[in-house]
Amino acid sequence: MNKTVDNKGWFFVLPVVLLVAFNAIIPLMTVVNFSVQETFGDNVFTWAGVQWFQDVLHSDRFHSALGRQLLFTGIILAIEIPLGLAIALTMPRKGPWVSVCLVLMSLPLLIPWNVVGAMWNIMALPDIGLLGKFLNAIGFEYNYTRRPISAWFTIVLMDVWHWTSLVALLCYAGLVSIPDAYYQAARVDGARSWAVFRYIQLPKLRHVLTIAVLLRFMDSFMIYTEAVVLTGGGPGSATTFLSIDLVKTALGQFDLGPAAAMSIIYFLIVLVLSWLFYTLMMRNEET
Amino acid sequence: MARISIENLRQSYYPNPQRDEDWALKRLSLDLADGGAFALLGPSGCGKTTLLNLISGLLKPTEGRILFNDHDVTEATPEQRNIAQVFQFPVIYDTMTVYDNLAFPLRNRGVGEKDVDKKVREIAAMLDLDRTLSKRASGLTADGKQKISLGRGLVRSDVNVIMFDEPLTVIDPHLKWVLRSKLKELHHRIRRTMIYVTHDQTEALTFADQVVVMKDGEIVQIGTPIELFERPKHTFVGHFIGSPGMNVLPCQVAGGRVTFAGNVVEAVNTKAYRGNGKKLELGVRPEFVHFAEKGIPVEIVKVADAGRFRIVETRNSEGKINLLVREGRDIPTQNVRVTFDPGHTQIYEDGWMVN
Repeated sequence: MNKTVDNKGWFFVLPVVLLVAFNAIIPLMTVVNFSVQETFGDNVFTWAGVQWFQDVLHSDRFHSALGRQLLFTGIILAIEIPLGLAIALTMPRKGPWVSVCLVLMSLPLLIPWNVVGAMWNIMALPDIGLLGKFLNAIGFEYNYTRRPISAWFTIVLMDVWHWTSLVALLCYAGLVSIPDAYYQAARVDGARSWAVFRYIQLPKLRHVLTIAVLLRFMDSFMIYTEAVVLTGGGPGSATTFLSIDLVKTALGQFDLGPAAAMSIIYFLIVLVLSWLFYTLMMRNEET
Repeated sequence: MARISIENLRQSYYPNPQRDEDWALKRLSLDLADGGAFALLGPSGCGKTTLLNLISGLLKPTEGRILFNDHDVTEATPEQRNIAQVFQFPVIYDTMTVYDNLAFPLRNRGVGEKDVDKKVREIAAMLDLDRTLSKRASGLTADGKQKISLGRGLVRSDVNVIMFDEPLTVIDPHLKWVLRSKLKELHHRIRRTMIYVTHDQTEALTFADQVVVMKDGEIVQIGTPIELFERPKHTFVGHFIGSPGMNVLPCQVAGGRVTFAGNVVEAVNTKAYRGNGKKLELGVRPEFVHFAEKGIPVEIVKVADAGRFRIVETRNSEGKINLLVREGRDIPTQNVRVTFDPGHTQIYEDGWMVN
């Protein structure tokens, strides 16, 4: 088989190659550059090898930030995915309430992230905030600036409020695209609602759920803005997630080398875990 | 098994139907004998799927009653009615194997695994699915999937009626024929009431003992395929069934004689005519029009070869007449005249056959 090699084709690809180079490859390479060298400013660099990577991988601070991050993302996924699915299942399929529901569900998604943080910051204030005051009034010792449990509770609640509707909307879109014949066939076959969910709705939602899990995984694993505005990583470092820790290292302490090494490790973790989720959820697809 | 009676059934998809067009089904009554093979035939939008869904219980009628063996089931769910239905697009449970798909309706009804196994294997053998039983259903081809849908309808031995809603739409032409014969064979074997909805006359006429022809939410004619062919009760039936359809020509009736374009024509039902219609028409199928020495003068417009016969389109001052000429027979070129077979020529009054 002879394939025609047409080098002119590369000219057409060039614009997009340049675009990708400028917005992804070059910045990433800069980070790689920083991660293997030491600098004290003035453009003076000395070779550091894998020193920064070793430091980061052995640092307790990184370990605990990673642990907190995994815990946070785990909680978020465990709540938002089933809750979003449940909401989508109860949303009306036709009638005037459909648009009302859709608009209400989209509202949290339209709010800028730092505003979300500020809203919950104010709402959760123990002395004047609606939520904080209420919780204290009914007997909970709630103070998100002093008690780690309170801080976690608030951040998780905020994230659930902010992002569950994304999952719900994705699932809803998946649900309405299931042809009526499936439900009719299930009725004729005598299937109960659990069987309809288990054998029709869930399998048909597989792709949509994969997308939802991936999106929520990546976003929650990189949470920064809302958490910084709400708790600033505190109390202590109780809510210092990976990106907050990274920013503190890079801009707070100006440790550019370790920060760059950490960025790369962080990036690889997101990449590997996303791939893992994808493969697990898409397995058995073609058998 | 059940005899199905439909009494004064009306169905509208509007909450407050006023005009005639608001009704998807305009008051119809129908009796379907136990164990028969029926087809609901009609163009798209004639209400045949609506009627099917009313019988299966997926829809509740606006008015009227449905009886299974004289037992009123109008308010019953599909499950209570104990029916099976095969849809236009194959509905399979993707995550299950072929075996589990076939077992699903039985397991939902709490049938013991031993009986499930026996029944599933029996049906799988009938449908030539036995070699794919342990495969995942989603991996099968369209006709394989449709066989599963069909199989799920057949596994329950006590179903009252099995319904098919244009089940061969997505099947390749050469497999259509195979599945159609399979269906016919199955009906002979299990003798269960089957209702088959289609807009394809070949499917309806080959499958059914009784064909119900529908148009605009009404039943136009119920009859065997031969009756529909030889004695269409309405010009619509004559036109819709047959290829090409029946010739429908304007005519006059006076003093017990039918005339078409000045020529006297004999019709089966001339005597029955009482002389009260407005629009009078003559119906004769192309199969029953012949070239002759004497008869109605026409001119040939075109000749189309359709394999074993040729379709000849002719014309005179009053209209267009198609006729079929067998392969090998000559087509006259000069002084062309045609005659109608008197035994297969009918008069229609306002579209309906005079009787």
